[in-house]
Parts: sequence; structure tokens; C-alpha cells
Amino acid sequence: MGMVRKISYAQAINEALDYKLSKDKKVIMIGEDIGTFGGTFGVTAGLLDKYGPERIYDAPIAESGQIGVAIGAAATGLLRPVFELMFIDFFGVCMDQIYNQAAKMRYMFGGKAKISMVIRAAGGAGMGAAAQHSQLLHSMFSHLPGLKVVVPSTPSDAKGLLISSIEDDDPVVFIEHKGLYAVKGPVPEEPQRIPLGVADVKREGKDITIVATAAMVYKSLEVATKLYKEGISIEVIDPRSIVPLDENTIVNSIKKTGRLVVVDEDYPRASFATDIAAIAASKCFKELKSPVKLVTPPATPIPFSPALEKEWIPSVEKIEKAVREIL
Amino acid sequence: MNKPVISEEKLLWMYETMVKIRVHEERAAELFAENKVPGFVHLYVGEEAVATGVVANLKKEDFISSTHRGHGHYIAKGGDIKASMAELFGKTTGCCKGKGGSMHIVDLSIGELGANGIVGGGIPHAVGAAMGIKLNGLDDVAVAFFGDGASNQQNFHEGINLAAIWKLPVVFVCENNGYQISLPYSKQQIINSVAERGKSYGIPAVSVDGQDVMAVYEVAKEAIERARNGEGPSLIEAKTYRFRGHFEGDPAIYRTKKELEWWKENKDPIIIFKKLLLEKNILSEDDSALIQKKKEEEIEEAVKFAESSPWPKKEDILKDVFSTSTKGVLVWEW
Ligand SMILES: Cc1ncc(C[n+]2csc(CCOP(=O)(O)OP(=O)(O)O)c2C)c(N)n1
Ligand SMILES: [Mg+2]
Repeated sequence: MGMVRKISYAQAINEALDYKLSKDKKVIMIGEDIGTFGGTFGVTAGLLDKYGPERIYDAPIAESGQIGVAIGAAATGLLRPVFELMFIDFFGVCMDQIYNQAAKMRYMFGGKAKISMVIRAAGGAGMGAAAQHSQLLHSMFSHLPGLKVVVPSTPSDAKGLLISSIEDDDPVVFIEHKGLYAVKGPVPEEPQRIPLGVADVKREGKDITIVATAAMVYKSLEVATKLYKEGISIEVIDPRSIVPLDENTIVNSIKKTGRLVVVDEDYPRASFATDIAAIAASKCFKELKSPVKLVTPPATPIPFSPALEKEWIPSVEKIEKAVREIL
Repeated sequence: MNKPVISEEKLLWMYETMVKIRVHEERAAELFAENKVPGFVHLYVGEEAVATGVVANLKKEDFISSTHRGHGHYIAKGGDIKASMAELFGKTTGCCKGKGGSMHIVDLSIGELGANGIVGGGIPHAVGAAMGIKLNGLDDVAVAFFGDGASNQQNFHEGINLAAIWKLPVVFVCENNGYQISLPYSKQQIINSVAERGKSYGIPAVSVDGQDVMAVYEVAKEAIERARNGEGPSLIEAKTYRFRGHFEGDPAIYRTKKELEWWKENKDPIIIFKKLLLEKNILSEDDSALIQKKKEEEIEEAVKFAESSPWPKKEDILKDVFSTSTKGVLVWEW
């Protein structure tokens, strides 16, 4: 592709927002400190100046009200709101609007409503932000019918998936890993759409399949690169969206390699990791050559101390160990 | 304030609408008792003047958000009662194809954003509709209906405040029927009226006799005109009373029979309005009887339609979860 410029994950998201705001008058943003301040993580910098307060709403701390406004606006078909929930952890104060209202309206209304809106939120551990500012939580949202759930890992995925999410006619929960905001990568300047429901094989391999999301994609790739030198060939798949899920790509890979490690930063129980393990057990049982391994945090809240947090988050060492155990 | 001049046609529409709601609700109560209507059914009997007096000021393009007690709002806004009756039955011809029931009746084509099973849940939706109206440069308005109980919820406080700071064309209508299921209003708030809360959001607020459709019409007219003129939101508290239990089957042990009888005798909104129309010679006893009969026939036709409609099919369970289809697995099947 020649010389594709490199920009950060945060800039890539900003470009997607900028692009959709410029192309579609119906797109507006609501959130806390997204205007003058440019977003807690700088993601929305410059958008207020460019689009003004009638498109970029700096809101008081009233997340339920804000999402509710976004839903109402979407239901009328008059707007396509992008709501920024500062931290995904704050879903607790506005979950009703997310899962009882946005997610179910179309169904409860017999297919009459279209709730075209995106809920963007920062998630993820590694910043010493403790138990109420570090969760990723994509598993929980994917548990609830009616929501699409996207967890991008690379800058280019973030841009392409966000454009698709804003253009999608359903509520999309778009979780941005805050540990990745500064990560740079090649991102095409043109608005390239990445469809939801298409996994990306980040690295091809034949001995073992790793399914990983968000920041765990990088750690898995690190392990794959290291072990390749020993002749171990690891395939790393990033599903990119949890709902819809590109089951085929995952199942085909497991059938090819016969081995699966799921690496995820969300809690372990009733989770994305167990979900993928269940798919492997029910659809690839014959091809599996060894037990499925799950590399996740323990089922505890996220500890604050850097000494503890780094143990809590799945590490490169743990991923490597899991791979070796089933080879 | 000068009394607004209301055309005879509108007055009659208001009367017919109130009668229609009453007949509909009383019939729904029977159908529930006969086990033909499943689930939770919250009826609007006694509160007809509120939805009617407010909606009399709205046009088709205006939006309303509704509540678990939503039949009256839907009917007043012009919802098709065949579609809602079939929905109450759970039939495939229902306005939600049988997936919503009484608590989720909706008609987006007439700006009815849906009843809601979550108390207070719909309040910010009207604010969002108002945001859409404003940004699209339309002269429509949005109205949020909700109860006294809902006025304790975050969505009430947050929704009103957002509407106020963004000066959106929305009117908040609190139907204070004195109870949040069993908890009387006096034990929910230590103020005398939900309207007192308008001050904290810097918006005009007024309390009105919700059994007097003319009074409701007048305050709603002012608030709605204000919203249409870009002057921002207002709050109306309509003091009203429900003549039936909280839901069908509620023994209502939390209020006295005497209290209920007093309201029925002295504050029945249909009797009050009928008296006024008779005095003004806009309506005769014969007209009134004819309207009653006509509405009964309409409702009966809707009931027949619902009864004779087919049930939804098993495969419908999987439909209408999402609007945009995608690659990958979107809806897990059985
Ligand atoms: C969030 C929430 N809490 C509780 C309930 C159960 N519930 C249904 S209606 C109701 C009372 C609502 O009172 P009010 O808002 O005054 O409306 P009314 O029923 O009197 O019309 C309650 C507690 C609910 N549906 N949603
Ligand atoms: Mg009440």
C-alpha cells in the first residue's frame, strides 16, 4: 500500500468522528468534556471548533439523561447521535437506557424503531486507575440482545469500525482501550469502512489459534513473534466486534490448528473468553488436540497498586505459558 | 391571560377522545378479567383529561413519550386502536407485532415514541426528539408524559435539566394521580406539587386541575406555544386520580373506598366536561349518547379484529432484534 502515514488510535477515532460529522448533518455528539476540553483522552479535540455547540454537546454529568436524549433523537430518525460515556465503568448509572431502552426498542416495537446511535466509551486497565476506572466489560454488553459491541485494537481498525458503527442503524457500544490511545499505526487517510462481524487475522499460523481482543492482541502478537523463532506457528485472530461475531473465521482457524488459547482482559466468568471456549467445544470438538486455555484476569475487582495491577492483567508470560502447556 | 378560543370542532374532538379512552379502558379491564389480555395492564380511567387536554394542542408531527399507563396517550395522539388492541392480545397484527404488549404500544408514524415499562425511562426520549426538532429547524414540539412516581427518578431530573440548558422545545407533563402504586404523593416528596421543581431548573412550571380538560388545555397551550416559539421547556403538573387499581388485579388496599368514591362523584373528567358542553349547547344528551355508542362500536370492532387476528409465529422470535444486517453471527438461535 506504499506509504501509509502513521497516526495514533486516538487520532484515528478523531478522524472517524470528524469524517462522519462533516458528511452527515444528522451526526451529533453528546458527552462530558468533549467540547472545549477535547475529551478526557483528547479524542474529540478540535471538533467543537469545527462543528459548533449545536453539533457537539458538552453535557452536565447526567449520563442516563444524555443517553436517553440520544435514544429519543435516534428514534425520531432526525439525528444519529454519538454519545461519549467517559469511562465504560460508568455504565452503572445509565444502564437502563442502554439495555432496556436502546437495545430493546426495536424488538419491543415489532421492528418499527431504528436506534441509530453509538455509545463510545474508554475502557481497559493498566493505568493504575483502580476498580471503577479500568474495566473493559465487552462481555457484559454482548450478553444483552440488541446491542452491537465493538472493541478495536489498532488505529486503523478503530477508524474503519467507528465509521461503520456510526453508519449502522442499531445501537453500537464501541469500547476504546485507553491503554491504546497513544499507540500509532498505519491508517489510510481515506474513510475506509471496516464492516462489523469480520474478524482480522492479525498473524497467520498453523500450530495454535489465539483469539484476543483490544490490548491483548499486541501481547499475543508479541508471544507469536517470540515463539516463531522456536518453530511454533501461532495464528492470532482479533474478532474486532463481539456482536456480531465472525464465528466462521474463529472456527476455521481452530479446525486448522486444533488448539485454542483465548486471551481477554475482561472478567473470566460468563465472559467473552468462556463464550469462545464454548464455541470451540461445540463446533470443533473433533479437531481439538488439547484442552482450550483461557488467559484472563482473575474474578476480582481491579486492584490499584501497580504491583498488583500488573499481575491482574494477562501478561505476555502467562500467554506464553498457556501456549506451551497445550502444545 | 385571555382564555383561548377553542373551536366547537376541537371541543367535540376532546369530548370524543375522552369517551373513547374511557370505553377502551373499561373494555380492556373486562378483557383482562376474561384472561384474554395477558401481562400487566395499567389503565387510564379517571385521567383522560390530561392526555386529551395536552394532545389537543399537538399536530401529527409532534412527538410524545409515554408510560406504562400509556393507552390514553396513544389514543389521544391518534393511534390506531385496532393495532393497539391486537397488541394487548399479543397478536401479530398488533402495533408491535405482539412483541410489546400493553406496556410498549407505539406508533412512530404519528410521533408516539412508545409506552415504557421502566418508570421515568421515556422522559429523556422526548428531550432527544426535541433536540432533533431543533437541529433540523422544525417547528414541532415534544411532550413527555410521566407520573408522580417518575418525578423521583434520575431521568426526570436529568431530562429536564438537559432540556433547560439546551433550551429545547419540550413540555414535561407530570400526571400526578396521587400514588406511586401504593405510596401516596405526600410520602414521596415533602413539597406540595411537582411543579415546585420547575424553579430548580429555571423553567416555568404550573400545577393544574387534571380533571378539568379545559384547564389542562389552556396551560398546555401556553407551554407548547412557548416551546414552538423557541423559548424552551416547561413543566406542567396535572393533579389527577386513577379510578382503577394501579394495575388490573390490584386490590388497592392503600386507599379508602370513600376517597375513590369522592373522586368518581365529584371529579370525573368526562362528567365535568360534558356538563360544560351541555351548558354551552355544544352537546346534547342525544349527541352524548350517540358518541358513547359510536365509541363502543369502534372499540368492539377493534376487539373483534384482535380476537380474529393470528398469533405470531415461532420464527418471529428471531426477527426485529437489529435493523442493519451484518456479516458474522448477529442473533444466536436456539
Ligand atoms: C424503574 C422502575 N421501578 C419500578 C417499577 C415498578 N412500577 C411500575 S409502575 C410504578 C409506579 C409508578 O408511579 P407513577 O410514576 O406515579 O405512575 P402511575 O402508575 O401512578 O401512573 C412502579 C413502582 C418500574 N416499572 N420501573
Ligand atoms: Mg402516580
